[in-house]
Amino acid sequence: MRDLTNEILELIRRTASSLPKDVEDRLRASIEKEAPGSAARGALETILKNIELSRANSTPICQDTGTPIFYVHYPEGTSTRRLREQIKAALAEATKRSYMRPNAVDAIYDKNTGNNLGGDDFPSIHFEEIDDDQPLIIELMLKGGGCENVGAQYSLPDNKLGAGRDLAGVRKVVLDAVQKAQGKGCAPGILGVSIGGDRGSSYVKSKEVLFSKMGARNADPKLAELEERLTKEANEMGIGPMGFGGQTTVLDTKITGMHRLPASYFVSVSYMCWAYRRRKMVVTGEEVEYD
Amino acid sequence: MREISIPINDEIIRSLHAGDPVELTGIMMTGRDAVHKWMIETFVRKTRQPVGDDLQVYQEISKYLNQGVLYHCGPVVSGIETKEYQFVAAGPTTSIREEPYQADVMKHFHLKGVIGKGGMGAKTLQGCVDTPGVYFHAVGGAATFLAQTVQKVLGVYKLEEFGVPEAMWVIEVKNFPVVVTMDSHGQSKHALLEESSHQVLDDLLARPY
Repeated sequence: MRDLTNEILELIRRTASSLPKDVEDRLRASIEKEAPGSAARGALETILKNIELSRANSTPICQDTGTPIFYVHYPEGTSTRRLREQIKAALAEATKRSYMRPNAVDAIYDKNTGNNLGGDDFPSIHFEEIDDDQPLIIELMLKGGGCENVGAQYSLPDNKLGAGRDLAGVRKVVLDAVQKAQGKGCAPGILGVSIGGDRGSSYVKSKEVLFSKMGARNADPKLAELEERLTKEANEMGIGPMGFGGQTTVLDTKITGMHRLPASYFVSVSYMCWAYRRRKMVVTGEEVEYD
Repeated sequence: MREISIPINDEIIRSLHAGDPVELTGIMMTGRDAVHKWMIETFVRKTRQPVGDDLQVYQEISKYLNQGVLYHCGPVVSGIETKEYQFVAAGPTTSIREEPYQADVMKHFHLKGVIGKGGMGAKTLQGCVDTPGVYFHAVGGAATFLAQTVQKVLGVYKLEEFGVPEAMWVIEVKNFPVVVTMDSHGQSKHALLEESSHQVLDDLLARPY
């Protein structure tokens, strides 16, 4: 197996400094909805300037380069142990080159490791085996702490919100999460919502769904309709970019369903900031393609 | 856009109102979670004895903070090994985590401004009235753009102890864009939006599915 450390380093550089086009397009389109001279419009203009500058300079879009979340789809027979080592080496090098901020802090002793590596769980790496004739795919998402902190998990029924164990209840708790987040998650945001699972799997799934493209709808028409409705209704709250007030609070909503225990009905909301950093690399033989 | 130089006097502070976009020029210091905890425990509430270089650092940062501005920011900085520091990415971090400390820190150091994102609560708003001072909101995530307003890194305190994101970086900025969202007259844009968005939420919750 070839050493992919340099190629993974390039994946990290691209993810941290170059916002995906579908996200940038959505941000650009939202400018026209905000009044000229308003703080909301000013914020979006600054955001777009920042996107261009960081791409041109290979510098982080946001100084919080987030939790690095890797999903590796590896052909049968690949050494996941080696891939893990290469991902870690690439991340340490990316930190040295200032593509990434040193972001791994020991929670007990408050010590920053300085290289983005910490224990078995930082970075977060998920492995999924695929057929041996398929290309190796490595996906990376960088999720900042500001938006992670406004994520929320609800156990339905929620009496205070009058939210029962059905999609009507899901709608209510998601809207509640957006109102509670205000601008703190760096609005305009993107919502990853998972319904079902246990507390752990539910949160993981609410992030996985954020790997899909802007505007990609759930195949189930019921969920697709709820996705669109939630984006529209969240924007009615007028929180706006950065919580300055305005029309653009949520850019898109993505929902997925899981199985649950009869006793549990969790709804997890992962709030993704406008700096929606996710990219992937596809390795076919000697060829590496980045998206 | 209105330009404001740091240090800032009280007359200018009182002329600022929630919603005003302004640009800041001058010397400011970064400080976030570890710094606020350290300041409060060691020098404000004095529940912890100063150790190591604490007292010397306190004296030096006091000069910058008097009539100055504290920036809630954990930057990406290059040149750590050579000490030729350059700000690479430096957007604001979420301010509300400093809510238990901020008003006391403002009063203790005679701070005129705090820059961050997401806004702060009632205790800090009262701190803005009493000090007097204001809360400036920078654009969250606009890290490369904001780093380019940093003309020079003048120094750093507690780098070894707190790490790069949490250390106190003294920086000279030019035309750093912010919006005043909490003013010295007790107005908070965040409190207003929290209330208006809550009313809309109540209406939405009452709608049939």
